[in-house]
Amino acid sequence: MKITGAQALMKCLKEQGVDVIFGFPGGAVIDIYDELLRNEDLTHVLVRHEQAAVHAADAYARVKGEVGVALVTSGPGATNTVTGIASAYCDSIPIVVFTGQVPTQLIGNDAFQEVDIVGITRPCTKHNYLVKDVNDLIPTIREAFHIARTGRPGPVLVDLPKDIVASMVNYTEPTGPVKMRTYRPTYEPHPGQIEKACKAIVKAKKPVIYAGGGVIASNASAELTELSHKLNIPVTMTLMGLGGFPGTDPLSMGMLGMHGTYYANMAVANCDLLIAVGARFDDRVTGRIDAFAPNAKIIHIDIDPSSISKNVGVDIPIVADCKHALAGINGWLKRNNALDQDGQLEKITPWLNEIREWKKKHPLGYVEETGVIKPQFVVQKLDELTGGNAIITTEVGQNQMWAAQFYHFNKPRTFMTSGGLGVMGYGLPAAIGAQMAAPGKTVIDIAGDGSIQMNIQELATARQYKCPVKIAILNNNYLGMVRQWQELFYDKKYSATPLDVAPDFVALAKAYGAVGLRATKPSEVEPVIKEALATDNTVIMDFVIAREEGVYPMVPAGKATTEMLLV
Amino acid sequence: MKHTISVLLQNKPGVLSRVTGLFSGRGFNIESLSVAQTLEPEVSCLTLVTSGEDNIIEQITKQLHKLIDVIKVTDMSETEYVEREMAIIRVKAEAGTRAEVLRVIDIFRGKVVDVSSKSYAVEITGNASKINAVIDILRPIGIQEIVKTGTIAMTRAKKA
Ligand SMILES: Cc1cc2nc3c(=O)[nH]c(=O)nc-3n(C[C@H](O)[C@H](O)[C@H](O)COP(=O)(O)OP(=O)(O)OC[C@H]3O[C@@H](n4cnc5c(N)ncnc54)[C@H](O)[C@@H]3O)c2cc1C
Ligand SMILES: Cc1ncc(C[n+]2csc(CCOP(=O)(O)OP(=O)(O)O)c2C)c(N)n1
Repeated sequence: MKITGAQALMKCLKEQGVDVIFGFPGGAVIDIYDELLRNEDLTHVLVRHEQAAVHAADAYARVKGEVGVALVTSGPGATNTVTGIASAYCDSIPIVVFTGQVPTQLIGNDAFQEVDIVGITRPCTKHNYLVKDVNDLIPTIREAFHIARTGRPGPVLVDLPKDIVASMVNYTEPTGPVKMRTYRPTYEPHPGQIEKACKAIVKAKKPVIYAGGGVIASNASAELTELSHKLNIPVTMTLMGLGGFPGTDPLSMGMLGMHGTYYANMAVANCDLLIAVGARFDDRVTGRIDAFAPNAKIIHIDIDPSSISKNVGVDIPIVADCKHALAGINGWLKRNNALDQDGQLEKITPWLNEIREWKKKHPLGYVEETGVIKPQFVVQKLDELTGGNAIITTEVGQNQMWAAQFYHFNKPRTFMTSGGLGVMGYGLPAAIGAQMAAPGKTVIDIAGDGSIQMNIQELATARQYKCPVKIAILNNNYLGMVRQWQELFYDKKYSATPLDVAPDFVALAKAYGAVGLRATKPSEVEPVIKEALATDNTVIMDFVIAREEGVYPMVPAGKATTEMLLV
Repeated sequence: MKHTISVLLQNKPGVLSRVTGLFSGRGFNIESLSVAQTLEPEVSCLTLVTSGEDNIIEQITKQLHKLIDVIKVTDMSETEYVEREMAIIRVKAEAGTRAEVLRVIDIFRGKVVDVSSKSYAVEITGNASKINAVIDILRPIGIQEIVKTGTIAMTRAKKA
């Protein structure tokens, strides 16, 4: 069957199970947009800035566990996607970004709106393609999705010259899964390594599980929870791993690292076995490397061999998908009767007591002040009033850390944040993407007054697609996280962090046809949240918070994670 | 320590820049690099020489392997292998020194590939230390220009 390239793109998208595309049109993709009109089963979400299309696709992918898709034009459309792509790359999120390109015969000619987007995004994509022959179009699209979703997931970019999408191509149904000569990720763990890991687990007196984004990516929460519960192993999570293990579980120690809990950091520093599952030993997590888990044997499960022993030497590497590896471990423990609960409980009780003492000594907390809204209190109220069941997105900075510390994520795929790149402006488009993926769910963007302005234009998108997302601005009138560093390490010299001119967020919401609410006193917090949750519209909640509140605990950069500044 | 790494890769547009971009982006160094087609026209062989601590070399091979177009990565330094580079050296060769130049390149099994009344261009093949030795010997006579290839390498066949 001969069809146009644009038609083939539509067919391939549907083959891949795509039903929502986030995008923004332009000359180079006008044929594709024309074709979209004839494909009503593909919902196109018209964002107001291409960066937002990529963040929305990223959050859509995270919520659904599928590949998110963005479509933009050549030149400026393409360059506007770079931050979104880099963020998805750092966080290993599967997305496919289609960019328009000038016609093949003009490539290299400094043509109008031509940029070498394949060259620009080479270091921040898992892979990318320029389709130069229409006969390569269909296999390339299929390969792009295959690469994005398998192995260590990540963004793939496909650059589509205008003449390619307009030419005719022969369409044939896919004949089976994509097979590639050079790319075959390892999913199954080596049985010998599983056995080694299990023996270490059985022997450990002070084990800790350190779970990361790989647990979420591989849908391994059930297997992780089983392992922890069977042997009473305490669990700490990275920012990217939150929700991978229930935050309200007694064995959860919350997040570790720079702004992790006192007890999680102490547990890691004192453990004799660290079981790293789908986590990449990021510097925000390890602090000073030589002081990270100094007494521990380390097991590391990761699907990407290059993550293993990159920053911290690993004793028992397991290159595999987390789900498969954890199932392998659970199976071995069962087969070898290593689950004699009483013996294990007896062995591990002193360790759990030690952790309980740390928890008692320095619980997560903050100092209340009468008449002033504390940001942590707002997050606690959001947690309480949504029953911990909302999907939370964040901006970047203090707001992000307070969300991570004080909201209890009990399920995977409920927390979306730009972890690795830390992109201010991620939260609102991500909330829209999340809402498109989960229409009935409450979606809240926990925001800072600085970050929210980086993609504020997406209020229009939220309104247009009737996304009743709630934006909770923790408004300190500062670029708060940077101000905190200046307070602590730069002698309180607040260079360029006060936001002297700020919009009236309530009026701004109204300007977009959304609802704006404001709380200036603690007593107003709950009524505002309740009203927002009851409103079937996009809502901005402007919480005027204690201006100079800090995020604690905090491990100063370059220090050991036990050298925490506490509340 | 120096490592010679051989990379088989799919001969696709941009593939070389994926490799070099990886090295510059991650701060790995490349001392030499050479690429050419293999017996299979769609596959190229890239040989590169780099140096670093063991953990860096491990990251280099893992990161190379992660590139989608890479088929196989071999750290030659872990095997028995032969390696060669080639240099063309233009050396001053006037009445008094012509014979001397010829004698030197004969010892090193080089050959003259271009002749003028004032100079010879000589071709030398060998491993890096041999080429450096020739250069050192010719330098006092007067080297005018040098071009060198990167290293190429092949693992030795198993002795039966
Ligand atoms: C202001 C700010 C402060 C921060 N503070 C902290 C902090 O205090 N604590 C903290 O934890 N983070 C913090 N972060 C986030 C931090 O920068 C990193 O993004 C985060 O720690 C990385 O999480 P991760 O190790 O789970 O890795 P991810 O980036 O989620 O990577 C996932 C890992 O799992 C592997 N993987 C993927 N899929 C699979 C699979 N199917 N099977 C097996 N393995 C798989 C990948 O190869 C990779 O190694 C902060 C970020 C910002 C912006
Ligand atoms: C695009 C971008 N620019 C700059 C930064 C550096 N940065 C990190 S946190 C932060 C302050 C964020 O301020 P705000 O959104 O008001 O949040 P708060 O920390 O006050 O909660 C800045 C500027 C960044 N992460 N992203």
